[in-house]
Parts: sequence; structure tokens; C-alpha cells
Amino acid sequence: MKRMSRVFLGLISLLVLMLALTGSVLAQGSDPTDDDVNAVASQLYCPVCENIPLDACGTAACEQWRGIIREKLAEGWTEDQIKDYFVAQYGDRVLAEPPRQGFNWLVYLVPALALIGGVVLLGLGFQKWRQAAVERKPADPSRKAKESSEPSDDYIRKVEEELKERSRSSK
Amino acid sequence: MAAEIGFGALFITLIFAVYGIVAAVYGQKNKSQAWILSARQAMILVFPLLTVSVAAMLYLLVSDDFQVVYVADVSSRSMPVYLKLTALWGGQAGSLLFWSWLLAGFGSAVALRKWDRDGDLLPWVIVVNLITLAFFLVLNIFYENPFLRYWQDASGILTSFSQPKGALPIFPSDGSGLNPLLRHPGMIIHPPMQYLGFVGFIIPFSYAIASLITGRTDDRWIRISRGWTLWAWLFLSLGLVLGARWAYDVLGWGGYWGWDPVENSALMPWLTGTAYLHAVLIHEKRSMFKEWSLLLIIITYLLVIYGTFITRSGLLSSVHSFAQSRIGPVFLGFIALTVLITAWLLNSRWKKLQSQHVLEKILTREGLIIISVVLFLGLMVTVFWGVLFPTISELATGQKVTVGPPFYERVAGPIMGGLLILMVLCPLAVWSFVSYRHLGRLLWKPFLVSLIGIALPLWGGLNRWPALIAFWLVAFVLAVNIFEFFRRTRLRRRTENESWGTALARVLKRNQRSYGAMIVHVGVVLMALGVIGIEFFQTETQGTLAEGQSLNLASYTMTYEQLDVFDDMSSARNVARAVVSVEKNGKVLDELYPRRDFYYDSGQPVTIPGVRSTLLDDFYVILVDWKEVTSQGATFKVYNNPLVKWLWVGAWVFIGGVLVATWPAKKKSTA
Repeated sequence: MKRMSRVFLGLISLLVLMLALTGSVLAQGSDPTDDDVNAVASQLYCPVCENIPLDACGTAACEQWRGIIREKLAEGWTEDQIKDYFVAQYGDRVLAEPPRQGFNWLVYLVPALALIGGVVLLGLGFQKWRQAAVERKPADPSRKAKESSEPSDDYIRKVEEELKERSRSSK
Repeated sequence: MAAEIGFGALFITLIFAVYGIVAAVYGQKNKSQAWILSARQAMILVFPLLTVSVAAMLYLLVSDDFQVVYVADVSSRSMPVYLKLTALWGGQAGSLLFWSWLLAGFGSAVALRKWDRDGDLLPWVIVVNLITLAFFLVLNIFYENPFLRYWQDASGILTSFSQPKGALPIFPSDGSGLNPLLRHPGMIIHPPMQYLGFVGFIIPFSYAIASLITGRTDDRWIRISRGWTLWAWLFLSLGLVLGARWAYDVLGWGGYWGWDPVENSALMPWLTGTAYLHAVLIHEKRSMFKEWSLLLIIITYLLVIYGTFITRSGLLSSVHSFAQSRIGPVFLGFIALTVLITAWLLNSRWKKLQSQHVLEKILTREGLIIISVVLFLGLMVTVFWGVLFPTISELATGQKVTVGPPFYERVAGPIMGGLLILMVLCPLAVWSFVSYRHLGRLLWKPFLVSLIGIALPLWGGLNRWPALIAFWLVAFVLAVNIFEFFRRTRLRRRTENESWGTALARVLKRNQRSYGAMIVHVGVVLMALGVIGIEFFQTETQGTLAEGQSLNLASYTMTYEQLDVFDDMSSARNVARAVVSVEKNGKVLDELYPRRDFYYDSGQPVTIPGVRSTLLDDFYVILVDWKEVTSQGATFKVYNNPLVKWLWVGAWVFIGGVLVATWPAKKKSTA
């Protein structure tokens, strides 16, 4: 029984695939559920209601779109085919993210570059600071004394040392 | 008459503001204390003057004076008085007036403080405050006048403030009413909080600029403005949380944050403002990174203006509506000018601000804080770019694109993880010094406890690994902070022989700021729990039910009991209210009432979900649609949102932390 149904399922999916490939629109007879429709709709944005995904939008236009999705699903279209259909009709803006091609690459590159740039700058900074510290140490063994020539710092340093002492002695 | 008084007061305020700017600059140039004092008096007066204008607007709203265009747009006879009052910020022109009023309030308050010690900063604080105020007043007077009225002449209906020749006033019988989405309690307090947060940042900014202009390199400006900054930051945070709560309660899509450009424009100054609050710690404690604090507060101010600009200019809908908006180019000019001037100022002082200290090690407190600042900035750049990109794309290729949640979440997730790691290490790290042994000694116990953060969700069936890492980090931060409180309280109890309660209170009092910050961090990670819950484990389903039928979701069963459709004439709306019962394991837990209100005056519907909220999860039901009475069917969309309540719990803890940090401390008698 189990094997039979698996074979059957396999045949069906093959059929669906063929239908999809030939672009034929034959009714499959299976009713898509609301959840199936929402799964596709949640990835789409209609051009009118900005920034509200299609599955959550209550306007008549969006309801109509969900109707279209339901029809296409019933006809056996895949998720990607339905998305492509809406893109062809209304442009890239119906997708939640710009498709990764051409000019749109910019939107993905800038944040990545900014973060990498930030980390690299910080890394270089740390290196430079550390070098500066190393260079300063041999020439001036009493670095503390030098820094304490600034009155406000002297106080802070004392407080900090006391705090360190405290945390050591607390153990 | 009220409109004349209101507009007149607006105009006189602008004159006072311009006078204050001129007098301050002139007084500074000629070293004349009298002129500077006069400028200060002008700055003190702007708030009472604008209060007159705001009072006039409120009077017009409450008295249903629909000849005033703004009143007719945002109010209606059927609205209760409190809603008429809040309609002050329900539309563009009114919210700009409200904004200017709050700005003037901060300005006047700052002018009133004792200025005997930092007199050199005063004229520039006045100039920066009043220039900003004058800019918004110009917008309010020449571009978005809230006191315009309806007139009619032979050619048709006109809008103008003063009576055009040959025209007669017309009085519409009713207004179109406030957008029903804005009638929610969350939306009534959300904008004032948000605006207070926005305009509050003008104070630290004006001190920063004053300090730059006078060439001072000390941290005095930060110390004076610290209280203001924390309050501004608290208000901005509250604004964001209230906005999220409003979205969750009213927008009816089961979430609280959609990375919408309007939300993003409020988030950006919060990100840099938070980075600023962290950077100033290094500035104060180690007098390093002075240029960072200045840069961050300048960016925060620019983002506040930029945020109002993109939400007010129509730039978001399309480049074309931006070109048509009269207010857009003015804003852009003001921002560009501010960028140029502040960049020039910073550049000319950059060398002088460089510290003699160097940052040697990453695991020092200053090293970790600097990393957190970079993370905040990284997220800000991402959000900024995501908001701007559709416009850039439209300009460059003619095609508009949507930059939605997946884009932001990809960056925000890892950055949040990074910040959690820093929140584990930072309270334990010390300034300018690293001891791995010390760190290890303090870390191992919280680490062991934090493993509960993995075990507990696994036991509860929440088993996706990115979420498990996040849960573990949350538990780690909680454990570290609670251990620190415990450790220090125990130390104090032993040395001073006090009870646990007194010891804890005394410990808190000794360094309110640092313990306040620790409490804020605890609040933040509790909020993170809510975010993780909804991001990783939200489930949803939808179905059309006949009365008595049920829908299953995540161990809950929801049964549709009945639906009532009725008119509620007291608030001029039609209500469709469903009754559903919620069961778990065969036990009825609750009855929920998801409903849809249709407001007659504005012709708009609002979907109010029915929510059963517990610390474990929320069961959230939306009435999507219903059929004619005969078929008795109704469509429901149901969400299960694990842990989302922690978002609101965490927010309360967060507020508590900020209050601990800002609470005025008694001066110590012994040094």
C-alpha cells in the first residue's frame, strides 16, 4: 500500500513538473488551503499598500491578488512561477527584496562593505595603538607617572586601582 | 479669532528666535554680556509663545471649527474630546507645530538653568537651538500652516490663512475624522514620546557644537547634557516600544516590527544615540575617543532631522511625489547645510581632540565598548541604506524595488548576537587593564548557569540551532549581571554587616549609573527573548469556519462560537465582533473577541485581534472576513507567538534601569 502511494505520488509530481515545464494550465482539481496561499502571499508586496506583505493586507486589491495566487496554485503552479508572474506584471517591487542582479547588487554590497570596513579599521586601529604603546614603554618605563601629570586622570587611575584591589581582595 | 491668535503667536515666535540668534552671535563677537543675556531671554520666551499657538490649535479642534483645514482633516464631531486633543499630532501640519512646541520647551528649559559656570558655551547653545527651532517655524508658517482656512469665491473653494478678496468663509458641517488606526491608546502616547526623544537630542547636540566652536576639549559638555541625553534616549526607546505595541495590537499582522521606513527612521537615531551613550563613557573615564562622541551626537541629530524629512516629504512613496512636495527641498537644504558646517567644525578641531592615551587591548572595557559602537553603526548604515535604496534605484534605473524584512534581518540578527556577547563581557571587564585570570574567575559560574539557556528550550521543543545560540547568550547575559549584583551585595553585606536588602539598596546607590546600565542590559536581553521567540518559532494558520467548527494551531484549539455585527453610534462605527473559545489539552482556557471596526467618518476599517497572552506564548486571533448571516461562516487568521510577552516585560525592566541611572543622587558628605 505504502509503496503504491509513493509511486503514485512520484507520478503525480512528475506530471506536475511536466505541466509546469510546458507552461500548460490544466486544472489539478486540488484546492489549495488558505495557508498555502498565505505562504506565497507573505513573500509578496503589492505596489499600492507599501510595506505591508500581501498576506496581511486587508484591501480589496490585495484580496484579488490572493485570489490569483489561489487560482495559480490550483492550476499547479509552483511558488517561484507565481512570484515570477507577479514580477512580470508589476516589476521587481512586488518582491520582499530586490533580486540579486545588476544594479541591485549595490543594496547588498554596501552594508557588507561597511561592516567589513568597520572591522578592518578597528583592527588596524588596535594594531597601531598597541604599537604606540610598545614603543612608548621602553623609552618611558614610568608611563603611569607620565600620564598622572594630567590631574583629572590621576584621580581616575587611583579610583580604578582601588577598584581592582577590591575585586582581587574579594576573592 | 483663535486662528489669528495661533498664527500670530507662531509668527512672533519666529521673530524672537531670529532675534535670539542675531543677539547671541553679536554679543559673542563684541563680548557683550548684555546682548547674550538678551538672547537668553528670547530663548526663554519661545516656549510660552508657542504654547499660545498650540492652545489656539487645541481650542479650534475642541470647538469643531471646521473652517480650519487642519481641523476638518483630522477631527470630526463624533470624536470624544481626548481624541480631538490628540488630533493635534494626527496630521502633518499639526504634528510639525507640536514638534516645534516640544523643541521650544527643551530650549527654554536649557536657557533657564544656571549659566554662571559655563558662560562661554551659552551663546552657541542658544544659536544651535534657535536655528533648529526657526527652521521648523519657517516650515510651519510658509509651507505647512496648520491655521489655513476654507474660503469660497466665484472660482471655487480656496484655502488660505487670510480672507482672499471677494471670498467668503465656508464652514464644512463635519470633518473627516482622525485616521482610526491612530485612535488606539498606544498611538495617542506613542508620538509624544517619539517626538520628545527626537527633540531631546538637540540639547546634547547643541552643547557638542558649542564645545567645538569654543575649542574646548574637556568633557564638560557631556557632563552637563548627560541628564538630558538619558531622558531623550528613554523617550525615544519608549516611543519605539509603544510603536511596536501599537503595531501588534492594531495593525493585525501578528508582528510588532516590519522594518517599515517610518519605523526605521525612528530606529536610526536610536542606534547612534545608544552608540553615543556608550562612547561618552570612554570619553569621561579615559578621555579617549572624544572625536567619536562628537561625531556620534552629530550623526544622531542629523538622523533626527533626516527621519522627519523622509517621513514628511513624500520621498518614500516616490521620487516624483518628493519633487512635488514643497517641504522636501527645504529639508534637504537644511540637512546639507548642517552636514557641511558640522563636518568643517569637526575637521578643524580633529587634531586637537586626539587623545594621548592609546587603546592597548581589546578585552579592556573601552575596547569592548568601541566594538559595540562599531556594531551599532554597522546596523545604522544598513538600515540607512535599506531605506534609501528604493529611491536610488528609482533614480538610477527607473525601477522601484522593495527592501523588506529579510534584508534587514540578515544583518540585524548577527549584530544582535555580537552585542549579546559584548553584554556578557563588558560588565566584567575593567578599564585599561586585562586580566584573563580575573575574567575567567568571574565567568565560569555564570557560564555553567547559562547552559540552562540551551537545556530549557531543548526540553520545550524549541530546537533550531541559531535560536539555541541566541537563548544561550541571553541566559549568559542574565547570569553575568545577576551574579555581579549578588557578588557585590555579598561583599558589602560582609564588610558592612548589613542585611541583604539594605546591602543591595546601598550597592545600587553607590554607582547608580553603572547599575542602572546593568538593569537596562537585563531589560534588553529579556526583550531579545521576545524577538527570538517570534522570529524563529512563530506559527500561523488560516481557515474559514462555520459556527461550532474549530481550528488547530500549536497545541491550541480555537472554536468559533458566534459573530455579532452592530452599530456603535457613540463612536460612529460599525463593529463586527466574533466570539471564539481557546482550548489547550481539552481544557477551555479563555474566550477571545477579535473584531473589525469600520469608522463611518473616515471610511476606514481597523482590525483588532483577540489575544491570550502568557509568559510562554501568545495566541493571537484576527477576524479576516465574514460571510452574510445566512451562511454563518467567518475566516480567522491565527498566530502562535512564543515568548513575545517578554518584549513588554523587558521594556518595563529597561525603563526601571534608566530611572535608576537618572535618579538624582544625594551629594555624598564624605569624599
